[in-house]
Amino acid sequence: MHASKRLGVAGAALAAFSVGAPTTAAAQDIADHTYTPEAIQEGSRVYVTECALCHASTGDGVDGVDLRRGLFSNARSDDDLRRIITSGVGGSRMPAIDLRAAELDGVVAYIRAGFDPSGVAVRVGDPARGQEIFDGAGRCTRCHRVNGIGGRRFAPDLSAIGVARAPAALQRTILDPTSALQPINRPVRIVTRDGEAIRGRRLNEDTHTVQIVDSQERLRSLVKADLAEYEVRETASMPTPDLTPDQVADLIGYLLTLRGLP
Amino acid sequence: MKTLKLTALLAVIGVTAPGGLTAQVTYERILNAADEPESWLTYNGTYSSQRYSRLTQITRDNVDDLQLGWMLPNQVFGAWQSNPIVFDGVMYITQRPNDVMAVDPVTGRVFWRYRHTNAENALVCCGANNRGVAVLGDKVFMGTLDAHLIALDRISGTPLWKVEVGDVNLAYSITMAPLAVKDKIMVGVGGGEFGIRGYVAAYDAETGEEAWRFYTIPGPGEPGHETWAGDDWQYGGAPIWITGSFDPALNLVYWGVGNPGPDWNAAQRPGDNLYSDAVVALDADTGELVWYFQFTPNDGYDYDSVQVPILADMDWNGEQRKLMLWANRNGYFYVLDREDGEFLSGTPFVTVNWSSGLDANGRPIPTPQPEDMPTYPGNQGGTNWYPPSFSPRTELFYFVAWEDYATIYRPEESEYVPGRAFLGGGFDVLTPVPGAPGVGIGRTNPINNWTDAVGHGVVMAMDPRTGEPRWRFDQFDVSESGMLTTATDLLFTGSRDGYLHALDARTGELLWKVNLGGQIVMAPVTYMVDGRQYVSVISGHTLVTFGLRD
Repeated sequence: MHASKRLGVAGAALAAFSVGAPTTAAAQDIADHTYTPEAIQEGSRVYVTECALCHASTGDGVDGVDLRRGLFSNARSDDDLRRIITSGVGGSRMPAIDLRAAELDGVVAYIRAGFDPSGVAVRVGDPARGQEIFDGAGRCTRCHRVNGIGGRRFAPDLSAIGVARAPAALQRTILDPTSALQPINRPVRIVTRDGEAIRGRRLNEDTHTVQIVDSQERLRSLVKADLAEYEVRETASMPTPDLTPDQVADLIGYLLTLRGLP
Repeated sequence: MKTLKLTALLAVIGVTAPGGLTAQVTYERILNAADEPESWLTYNGTYSSQRYSRLTQITRDNVDDLQLGWMLPNQVFGAWQSNPIVFDGVMYITQRPNDVMAVDPVTGRVFWRYRHTNAENALVCCGANNRGVAVLGDKVFMGTLDAHLIALDRISGTPLWKVEVGDVNLAYSITMAPLAVKDKIMVGVGGGEFGIRGYVAAYDAETGEEAWRFYTIPGPGEPGHETWAGDDWQYGGAPIWITGSFDPALNLVYWGVGNPGPDWNAAQRPGDNLYSDAVVALDADTGELVWYFQFTPNDGYDYDSVQVPILADMDWNGEQRKLMLWANRNGYFYVLDREDGEFLSGTPFVTVNWSSGLDANGRPIPTPQPEDMPTYPGNQGGTNWYPPSFSPRTELFYFVAWEDYATIYRPEESEYVPGRAFLGGGFDVLTPVPGAPGVGIGRTNPINNWTDAVGHGVVMAMDPRTGEPRWRFDQFDVSESGMLTTATDLLFTGSRDGYLHALDARTGELLWKVNLGGQIVMAPVTYMVDGRQYVSVISGHTLVTFGLRD
């Protein structure tokens, strides 16, 4: 059996690993330049002192709201966020908070950066246009399925991706799929001792077995001792869609609306 | 000579109590525990802590015939790290947070359960863990999360005495199994994340009266105090939360000491910070320090040195020596002379980049990594508290290592507030993509979504003479399981992914496995009742016991 790669010495591992959320040139292009890294860092400080008591450091301290993942009760645009922060929400526990303009921009930037002080603020566009791109120019439905419609289950189902991923992670996935590929989701290539060749996506693994969904959309659990070859690939199967920065922003806006069953 | 005879006689009486009369667990029985392999008398099996059993019924040839004997599910959720004690037809096991149960080791049925209710403000860093009891005479002893030591009648479970070991309001706690030596019960305190000043103390087994106390941070005027600046020593951590070892011939008890506090900001507490991250050798009768060896001076990585000290007598460069074998959380494997603490060798067993090596005295040469760069091994260490094993037959040291595991430290200034967390910043586990799950303490998800990309476990059979593993057994997930070896050259160990493995201790060949489903965060034990050998292990929330098919 050809065991999959192991990370070697520290130095070799470093090259492949992300330390401190690097921003690719593409991500810089797409980012909303209203916000600077300084603004995001300023926002992280303001958040801790003004927001975290109720919303928690994780952003999900208030029922129905997950700030880190962009799930809001009343807001969609950045201006909505500014208005709610400065005016509060009548009839709720959200008070009006008196912030300087730079502090206010910072908090919005921090939220849009997915609570990553070293990240980039992500521009979130129009969900309706984003859905058109998802179904059309982005060719996303060729592989991905949403609420039972679209591609094959070999690719991750996106029905609740707006809950599972923060805006920054969605942007990273669209611009450079491999850089955002979660290790557990890595594609696998397997040849059994019986000679069967299998391609699939990893769902789970332990010392002696691996669980996958194969290219025929079958859930399969395989015993490693029965495999002649087992390769875990670090390159995403997903191609980088050919989209303009505006289209990417719209697509992110749409993906954030995907929250599964209520 | 007379003493020796008496010792032997007592041991015989202890083992062969006639007619179902309950024998006492005398000090002599624990002293000679290796000769009584049908019992498991102390946390680490024997005072030398080798976790090696002379039982021979289960062999490499018949291990395939192991079958389920019984299961005892825990009614309390959370990692179950406890270590069973077994003798005279009874198993004593603790469950979260501080229950003691007396269990029939043949059927798994419970004779009695004692439940200690902890103070509401009891505080621990890493779960409401308890790792088991000590036994001596007619009593069972347990340390509690609210830092008390309790003696129970071993037949009825009735509490006989209870003493305060530490102040719960200052976040002192006890999670370790106490150690019974002679007429004393020794126990250390946890709280290294809360600014305690650590110590190990000994109590009279009959009365609970404190006999001695050794502070792991020297006070003003004591040697070593100069390794702390200002008032840092008063809240410098250095807890003791894993059971130590005892050499009766040298009359020394050995304790591994935990991290200094605040954990991750070494610059805030300049100096070597003795005796944090050290092994201390104490006079068993007085608690006086005889020698120490510090593994990680001025530690900023949480490299607790609470590992079980394994005592082995071996040939070393042509000379028979009393050795101490130690795979440390800091990634180095050490051999020390346990008579005087002399450093004999030290070699990295995983990738290490916080230090470029050890000098002739075993002191690490520090190579702190730049900001935002990963440190190897990561915060949970190259290994940790998981009890290792040493087989005098193979002369190999068995333990679990975490490979390819790193963290990025973010030190910050911390203010000490009594009874509150005192951490000095934080850390992130190095992951291949931003936001991917990192490996943490314990398993909370049936899906391993962190994967081996952030670290994985290896059972290593270390040759102490070379510092090189003779063989290795790779696991996909990391492991917090300890080791058990037997005189039939079997090695039993678990894994976080829920397997109980039986390996050939000589070669590492996998001989038998069973998927028990839940994480194994303790070391398997073995014992014998009515001519049948059993192996007990805790997986997830279930204590599982195996024996050979009839």
